[in-house]
Order: sequence, then structure tokens, then C-alpha cells
Amino acid sequence: MITFLKRALAVLLLAPALTLAADESVKLDRAPVSTDQAALQHGAKLFVNYCLGCHAASYVRYNQLENIGLSEQLIRDNLMFTGDKVGDLMRIPMRRADGTRWFGAAPPDLSVIARSRASGDGSGADWLYTYLRNFYRDHDRPTGWNNVIFENVGMPHALWELQGEQTATVSTAADGSKTVALAITKPGTLQADEYDKAVADLVSFLVWMGEPVAEKRKAIGTAVLIFLAGFFVLALALKKNYWKDIH
Amino acid sequence: MTSKSQAVLNWIDERFPLTSSIKGHLTEYYAPKNFNFWYFFGSLALLVLVIQIVTGIFLVMHYKPDASLNASGVPVAFASVEYIMREVPGGWLIRYLHSTGASAFFIVVYLHMFRGLLYGSYRKPRELIWIFGTLIFLVLMAEAFMGYLLPWGQMSFWGAQVIVNLFSAIPVIGPDLSLVIRGDYVVSDATLNRFFSFHVIAVPLVLIGLVAAHIIALHEVGSNNPDGVEIKKKKDANGIPLDGIPFHPYYTVKDIVGVIAFLFFFSAVVFFAPEGGGYFLEFNNFIPADPLKTPPHIAPVWYFTPFYSVLRAVTYPLFGLDAKFWGVVAMGAAVVVIAFLPWLDRSPVKSIRYKGPIFKFALVVFVICFVILGYLGVLPPTPGRTLVSQICSVLYFAFFLLMPWYSKLDKCKPEPERVTFK
Repeated sequence: MITFLKRALAVLLLAPALTLAADESVKLDRAPVSTDQAALQHGAKLFVNYCLGCHAASYVRYNQLENIGLSEQLIRDNLMFTGDKVGDLMRIPMRRADGTRWFGAAPPDLSVIARSRASGDGSGADWLYTYLRNFYRDHDRPTGWNNVIFENVGMPHALWELQGEQTATVSTAADGSKTVALAITKPGTLQADEYDKAVADLVSFLVWMGEPVAEKRKAIGTAVLIFLAGFFVLALALKKNYWKDIH
Repeated sequence: MTSKSQAVLNWIDERFPLTSSIKGHLTEYYAPKNFNFWYFFGSLALLVLVIQIVTGIFLVMHYKPDASLNASGVPVAFASVEYIMREVPGGWLIRYLHSTGASAFFIVVYLHMFRGLLYGSYRKPRELIWIFGTLIFLVLMAEAFMGYLLPWGQMSFWGAQVIVNLFSAIPVIGPDLSLVIRGDYVVSDATLNRFFSFHVIAVPLVLIGLVAAHIIALHEVGSNNPDGVEIKKKKDANGIPLDGIPFHPYYTVKDIVGVIAFLFFFSAVVFFAPEGGGYFLEFNNFIPADPLKTPPHIAPVWYFTPFYSVLRAVTYPLFGLDAKFWGVVAMGAAVVVIAFLPWLDRSPVKSIRYKGPIFKFALVVFVICFVILGYLGVLPPTPGRTLVSQICSVLYFAFFLLMPWYSKLDKCKPEPERVTFK
């Protein structure tokens, strides 16, 4: 019994080492997420131009973009290309069955993509920021594109005319681990740093869209916490007063 | 009190025990004066229950338990949650209060149960309070499990799939039982609708009934305290316990302090980290349920993981029944064994303050094992992790099943005559 207990304790002490054995993880770049309205508006523009063709944002209405500082007229003139009304949801005409046939999987709705892509490796924004900058040419894929952090992805590089074309060089280390190095072989309309900034704005917009109330939530939260802190002082004083005779 | 309001009160009292109930449960219910930090969690559990019921009522007004796909190809149930988050005024707050409340409920209840372990609150004459409490815990798990299906995300769907499948491991009745629970051969719209029904009315009714029984039983025998001595043994000339103080106003004003402190931390999560780092709202659950796409790793929500680890720790078939069945048995036993504590603890004293080193050591090992099991339940299994969870599971049960011996062997300190104030 005693030896069993000793052994059990020894294993318990070793438990962290046994359990923390590394899972497969991807190294993600940190997304410079902004809540600045100019960045969000630029992101919105990129979103409707490059994403909304295939991906819906079916929980979001066009006129909710007024919350990032756009007027209804600006939204109508610059961000709506179909016959939608400004109070309509950002839907797409592509049927899911067609999406599945064309891409292997129907393009997911992007309303909450920034929330769903979070993991132990980083925030959803980090994942998206890394993903959108790591497409490369791969002629073995039906779309002609592949992605470093999402192998054999069904999505083509929607932003290729901005970024240009990247080519991958795969090197295998002694321990069998592979590293993929990307280099731009055909330049796009943007310089590398301009492209990173554009993707950052797009990702910021996706983050905003994931939870439009987020900034308001934090502002209310600050007031709530200050109120509760003040209330706590009063409640404690009341308690002390009632309890002064209890020993 | 004016004679008019006194007359109204008299009129009521002749027909309903109003004044006597207020006296019996509040103004003349004598609680030990030496409650410490650990005694906040009972009233906090009640507070969270109220938060869950009130926010739940408002969520039901807008939520739609419908697994069919809308015009955009998103399940209606999933879309209705996002509708609450975006278009219902204040809906995001109600939803976050409810989702954070679920985790807060378990945090508070686990601490409340731990208090019972520390001070022997389950010992005679409080066995029934403890049994009602264990039942509340069990029912709460059912309530949380069914509620988790409703957002109809990937984790909702696949978590339910895994857990309901467990019931099919029970011999003879298993396959039919899991069919009855799901209402279908797979988790589907039928499952969503019956879980909705159970979550919003059937289980809460049972829960409230059990909570009432828990409190009535408590007020019948009186509260235990950190010293584990009965305050009713020493009474003054009027029959009032010498170490007792009226619950109201003393503990009402004290509990308000606890409530505010709790709400501070609760609000910090609700307003600044509603996802709870992916533990309160799992990231994968922002993807709508897809019956054709199994997530690479299915983890239950954090409050189930200690028991889920016990389930996974059983890897050997026995008596011709497969390991999965015995895993289910072990998981069930891990909850049920808690109810037997009053008869397992043979120590001459109740409180950890006067218990000997063996019990203290056992409790520390138990808590460490529980935390490790919880941690492992979140992670995908590896041979090393399975070994650790097996050892922790054995120690978990050993804490309970060996208690009749080690609690008797232990060298305890003498209990004081009266409660002490620390």
C-alpha cells in the first residue's frame, strides 16, 4: 500500500511533464487588430470587394456598418453591388450545394469567423492574419493555390492581385520537420508592407463583425466595475456596523 | 408598525404562515456566528440560480430550437443566438450573463461542496442536506449538458453525440435508452427540441424543488460551522444558541458583501472576457453544427472534464462488457459516491481544524487529483495522460472508499466546547 502510494505520488509529481507533451501547433503571426474607424472602413471595403462574392455574413445587416462611421448613403454607394436593401442581411446568391461542388466545401459564413478561428495557438485574428498572407502557387491543386497553415485549402487566393504570387520552398530538417519558405515571384499591386496593412484592416473588420458590440461592452463593463467597487465599500461598511457587537 | 398594516399582516397570518416563515427562516433562524469565507458560496449558488432563471426567461423569448437550415444555409437555432447577440436590444448582455452564469454556477457549487468536505458539513444530522445537495449537483449537470446543445454549434452537437452514445453502452437497455434520449438515431432536430424542453422547464422544476428541500432540511437542523461543533448544545435561558446570531440582519448584510464581490468578478468576465479563454464559450462552438464534419478533438465544457477523465481512464473490458460501459459506470460512481460521505467518514470530529494529518493529506491529494483530472479532460488522450488519469481516478475513489479506515486511524485534536472566532 505504502509503496503504491509513493509510486502514485511520484507519478502525480511527474504529471505536468507527461501531460504537457506538445501538441501539433502552428506558429501564428500576431495580428495588429485595430478598432480605428478608418481601418475598419477600409476593411469593410476589402470585405465586400474580395470576400462577399463567395462568403456570406448572414448575421450582419448592411446598415449595421453605420456603427463603424459610415453613412447610409456611403454604404449604398460604395459597399452594395446587388439589388439589396440597406437593411438586408449580407447574403450571397451562391447556393451551398454549388459551393460544395465548386470548392469541395461550401465557403463558410464569415460573420463570426474571427471568433471561431481562435485556438490555443492564438486569437482568431492571428489565424486569419497569418492565413491570408500565406497563400502560395501550387499547380497540383484544382484552384492553383495552397496555404501554409491550411494545407490543401479549397479556397483560392482571393487577394492575389493585391499580394501577387508567392512560391513555396520546402526544406526538411534533420528531425523530419518541414519548414515552408515563401517568396513573392510575381508582384501584385501592393508592396509587401502595404499588403500586410490591408490584411490587418480586413482582419480588424472581421473581428469587429464577429462581435459588433465588443467596444460598447467594454465601456459598459468599466462603468459596472467602478459602480460595484463603490457599492462594495458601502456594503462592507454596513456589514461592519451591524457586526460591531458580535465577538 | 401602524395599526392598519398590522391588521393587514394579521389578516394574512391567519391564512398563511407569513410572519412565522420570516421568523423561522430569517429573523429567528440562528446561524453560527463564526462563518468564514467558505460560507459565502451557498447564497451565491442561489444568486446564480436566479440569474440563470431570469436571463433564461428572456433568452427563450428570442431563441428558436430549430435545426433546419435558413436561407443562408445556417441552422436556425445557431442563427437565432447570433440574432440575440446582434439585434435584440441588450440581448448580448443577457446571453453572456447566461453563458457565464453556467460556468459560474459550477465554480460556486464546487467551492460550496469543498466547504462541506473541509468542515464535515455532511455529518450527522446533516446527511439529508448532503444527499439533496448531491442530487442538485447531478441535476445541475443534466441541466448544463442539455443547455449546451441549444446554441447548436459544433461542440454542442458533437459533445451531445459523444455523451448520448455513452448511454448505449449500458447492456440490454442501452441502445433503446440512447434512442429515447435523442428521439432519433443521430443528434438531430428532435434531440434539439426535447433538450430545449428539458432545459427550460422539466429540469429547472426538479432543480428548484431540490434546492427548496436542501434549504428546508438545513433550517430544520441548523447550519454547521468551521469548528464543526453543534451550537444548539449550548443555549441561553430563552433557548437561543449562545453562539448563534439571527440570519437576518447579520448574514443578510454579510452576504451582500459576498454578492458584490462575486458580481465584481462575474462582471469582469461578462464584460471583458465572455469567452472565458475558450473555456466558457468554446471557440469551435462559433461554427454551426455540421453532422458531416467531426471536429478533430471533442472536449466537454470544463466543468464536466474531471468526470470525463474518469470515464476515459477506464480502458479495460471486464466480465465480457466493453471498457466503455465500465467507463460510464466509473463516471456515474464518481458522482454517486459523494452522496455516501456521511457514512464513510468515521472521524470523531467534523472539522478539518481538528482532524489529523492523514485526513488533511488525503484531502490535498484528492483536490490535486480532481484538478489534474479536470485538466486532462480538456486535452486529447495520449498513453502518458491516460496513465495519469488512471492513477488520479484510483486516488479519487480511494479518498472516499478508504475513508472509513483512515478517518478512524487519524489522530484528531479535541473539539472546543464553543465555536472559535478566527
